[in-house]
Amino acid sequence: MTAGADASSPTGVLRRVDWAARLRGVGILLPFVILFVVLSLTSSSFFTKPNLLNILDQQSATLIIAAAGTLVLIAGGIDLSVGAIYGFAGVTSAHFALHHSAGVAIVLGVGAGLLIGVGNGIVTTVFRINALIGTLAMSFIVGGCSALITKGNLLVLFDKEGFGKLARTEFATVTTSIWLMVVVVIAIGLLLATTTAGRYMYAAGGNAEAARLAGVRVDAVRMLTFAISGTAAGLAGVIDTSRVLSAQASPNDTALAFTVLAGIVVGGTSIMGGEGAVWRTVVGVLFIALIGNGYLLLQFDPLYEQITMGALLLAAVGLDALSRRHG
Amino acid sequence: MTGADAPPAAAGESSPVYLDLRGLSKHFGGVRALDGVTLSVPKGAVHALVGENGAGKSTLGRIVAGVLPPDGGAIRLHGRVVAFRSPREALDHGVAAIAQEPSIVPHLTVAQNVFLGAEPRHAGFIRRRRLDRAYATLAESAGFDVPGGMSAGRLRTSEQQKVEILRALSRNAQLIVMDEPTAALGAQEARHLHEIVRRLAGGGKTILLISHFLGEVLELADAVTVLRDGRVVKTSPTADESEASLVVAMLGRPLTSTFPVKRRPADDAPAVLSVRGLSAPGVVDASFELRAGEILGLAGLVGAGRTELARAIFGAVRVESGEVVIGAGTALGRSPSRSLRAGLALVPESRKDDGLLFLRSSIENATLSRLGSLSTAGVVRRRRERRAGREVLERCGVRGASFSAPVSALSGGNQQKVLLARVLLCRPDVVIADEPTRGVDVGAKRAIYDFLAGLAEEGLGVLLISSELEEVIGLSHRVLVMRRGRLVSELAGEELTEDAILAAAFADTQAAV
Repeated sequence: MTAGADASSPTGVLRRVDWAARLRGVGILLPFVILFVVLSLTSSSFFTKPNLLNILDQQSATLIIAAAGTLVLIAGGIDLSVGAIYGFAGVTSAHFALHHSAGVAIVLGVGAGLLIGVGNGIVTTVFRINALIGTLAMSFIVGGCSALITKGNLLVLFDKEGFGKLARTEFATVTTSIWLMVVVVIAIGLLLATTTAGRYMYAAGGNAEAARLAGVRVDAVRMLTFAISGTAAGLAGVIDTSRVLSAQASPNDTALAFTVLAGIVVGGTSIMGGEGAVWRTVVGVLFIALIGNGYLLLQFDPLYEQITMGALLLAAVGLDALSRRHG
Repeated sequence: MTGADAPPAAAGESSPVYLDLRGLSKHFGGVRALDGVTLSVPKGAVHALVGENGAGKSTLGRIVAGVLPPDGGAIRLHGRVVAFRSPREALDHGVAAIAQEPSIVPHLTVAQNVFLGAEPRHAGFIRRRRLDRAYATLAESAGFDVPGGMSAGRLRTSEQQKVEILRALSRNAQLIVMDEPTAALGAQEARHLHEIVRRLAGGGKTILLISHFLGEVLELADAVTVLRDGRVVKTSPTADESEASLVVAMLGRPLTSTFPVKRRPADDAPAVLSVRGLSAPGVVDASFELRAGEILGLAGLVGAGRTELARAIFGAVRVESGEVVIGAGTALGRSPSRSLRAGLALVPESRKDDGLLFLRSSIENATLSRLGSLSTAGVVRRRRERRAGREVLERCGVRGASFSAPVSALSGGNQQKVLLARVLLCRPDVVIADEPTRGVDVGAKRAIYDFLAGLAEEGLGVLLISSELEEVIGLSHRVLVMRRGRLVSELAGEELTEDAILAAAFADTQAAV
C-alpha cells in the first residue's frame, strides 16, 4: 500500500522503536503479574480479600496523587510539593472538622490543595521558575504552614463520626476510600487519554516549542496539570484524615512526593515528559505496594525493602533512557 | 562513476595522500545520506565539498570528524585505517572540526576554551599561569590577536571560530574539517578566514572545506568534490571548474525543470497579509504586503533575520512595535494560537526542534492544531480525527510507515509533509514556510514545491523563506532581501536573479571589494 518505489522504507527503525515502546509499556505489567502470582503461592494470607482490600485502602491516597502527578510529568513538569499539600489539606480539614460541619472541612481541605496547585502553576509558568525548585520551595512553605495550624499537636477527630463517613463508609463491602480512589483515578485517566487537554499535555511535554507553534497554549496546559495535582493531593490528604480520624503536621509527609514519583516512573511514565499513561502509574504504585506487602507477609528483613525499591527505580529509568536512545 | 574511483589529480602531485575515504555510506532512517563515497586528499591541500542541501556534505564532514559513525566503508589517515567513536578520538588522531556555529563555553576565557579538556595541570589542579603562557605562544604562532583573558562569550562569531581553530592547533591537528565556516560571517571576516585557511594549508595542514559559496570554493580549494544525493558526482582540480560547471554537476539537470510553472496572481488581488513597521529582536522596521495567490520569497544570509521576522509575524516572539494585519482588517493578537485562529499558519524552520512531536503518531501530529474542531465538549472524536488525519496526510503524499506509528519513523521529506498536512488542516489564508525543504531529498523537494505553488493557486498568500537561491527564484513571484534585520531590497520579474539577490544580501561586500 505504501510506496513500493521507496526501496529504503524505514521498517528497521520502526521495529526498533516499537520494540522499545512495547517493552516499556508492557514491561511493568509482566513483573507485576509474576510478583502477584509468586506472593499468592508463597503466602497463604496474600490472596485474601482482607489483605488485598487493605493494600488498596492504604494506597488510595498514593494512587490518587500519583495519577494526577502522571499528568504533571507528561506535560513536562514535576511536582515535589504533593506530600506537603497532602499534609496541609489533612490538618486543614481536621482543624475545621473540629468546630464545623464535615462538608465545610472537606471543601476547605480540597480547596487548599487546589489553591496551592494553582500557586505552583503560576510559579512555574508566569515566573518561569524551574518546576523542580519551585515546587520544592512550595513544599517547605506549605509544610511550615501545616505546623502553624496544628501548633505541633495531634488533631484528634475520634468523635467526629460525620467526617469519618467520607472514607469509612462501606459500600458493597468495600470502603468509600477505595471507591473514591477508583472514581478519581478513572476520571484522570480518561482526561489524559480522551480529551484535547490530555493530548495537549503530551504535546507540551514532548516538545514545548513545537506545541506552542502549533497553537497549543503550553503554559495554560501546565497550569492545569499543577492545579489537578494540587487538588488530588488535597483530596488524598482529606481522605486519609477521614480514614484515620486524626491529623498531624509531619515531616514524613514531604517524603510522600518521592514515593509517588517512584510509582509513576516504575510504571513507565517518562520523567522527561511527553510519554506515559495513568494505568501504568496504577500498576507501578501497586507493584511497589506489593513488594512492601510481600516483605511483611514473608517476614523478610524490611531493611532490604528500600534497597529493592531503589534498584527497581534505577531499572525503570534505565529502560526509559535506553528506549529513548533507540527512538 | 566518473573520477570517483581513480585518485584525484589534485594539485601537488608529490604530496602523499593524507585522507583517504573508500566507499563510505550512511543512512538516517529511510534516507540514504551517503552512498559509497570515495575520495582522497593530499597532505597540505584544501579540498572542498560542494552540493545541494541534503547532498551529504555535512554528513561526510561529521563522519570524518568522528561525530557520526559510518554504516560502511573505510577511512584511512596517512595510510592507516581509523574508526573514530567520538570527536575526541578523532582529535587524538589529529582530526579537528570547526562547526558553523562555534561550540565554546561562553563563561570561560578564550585561553580556557582553547585548552578545554587538555589543560596543563598538576595533581588535578589547573596551572593557570602555564595555561596563559601556552596560549600566548600558540596565538602568536597562528598570527591571531584574540586576547586570551577575555570571556569567550563576548567574542564575535568570527573570533569564536578562531578560538576553535586555535583549539584544533593546540591539539596538533593535521586535518581540519570546516563546515560552512563563513556562512555566519560578514564579508570582511570571511576574507580574514580565507587568509587563515591559506596559511594553515601553507603550513602543511590538510583542510576539508564544506561550503555553499562556490566563489569561495574556487578561490580557496585545490580540488573540489561534488556530491549529489549522497554520491560523488565528480572530483576535479578547481582550476578545471567554474561556478557554472559546479552548479550543473550539483543539480544534475537544468535548473528550470525543477520548479512548477508560476502563475501570476491577479493584478487586483487583495492583500492577505500586511506588515507595517514591525520591529522585534533581530528585526528592524519591516513593512510589506503579501497578496492573495502570491508567493513572496524572503532571501538573505544566515542570521539576516528572516526566521526572526517570520516568528515575529506569527506571534511566537514578543514584538517591540508595528502591526500585522490578516486579510481585510483583523489586527493579529500576539500568540501562535491567535495567529492560527486568524488564518495564519507557520511551517517552522526546524521540524525537529520547533515542528514535530517525535514520539506521537503522524495523525496526531497532523491534527494537533485543529484538535478543537475534531472534538466534542473537549473529548477527541477518535474516528473523526483518524479520518481527517488520514485524508490530509494522503493528500500531502506522506509515505513510508503507518500513519499510527511515531512520526520519527518517517524520512525527513515525509516528516516535512506531515507539517504541511498540519498547516493544510488549519485552512489558513496565509502560510509562512521557513526553509520547507531543508534536509529533504530531491523527490520530496519537488512535491513540496508543487504543494506551495498549489496553495498560491488556490488564492492563499505564501511567504517563503529559503537559503537556497534557486528555490527562492524558482518559486517566488517577488523576492524581498533581508540584511541585518532590515528589508533592503525588493526584486521581481527580470531583476529577479541570483546575482541581484546576492548583491543585496551582501551589500557591504560589494562596497568593500
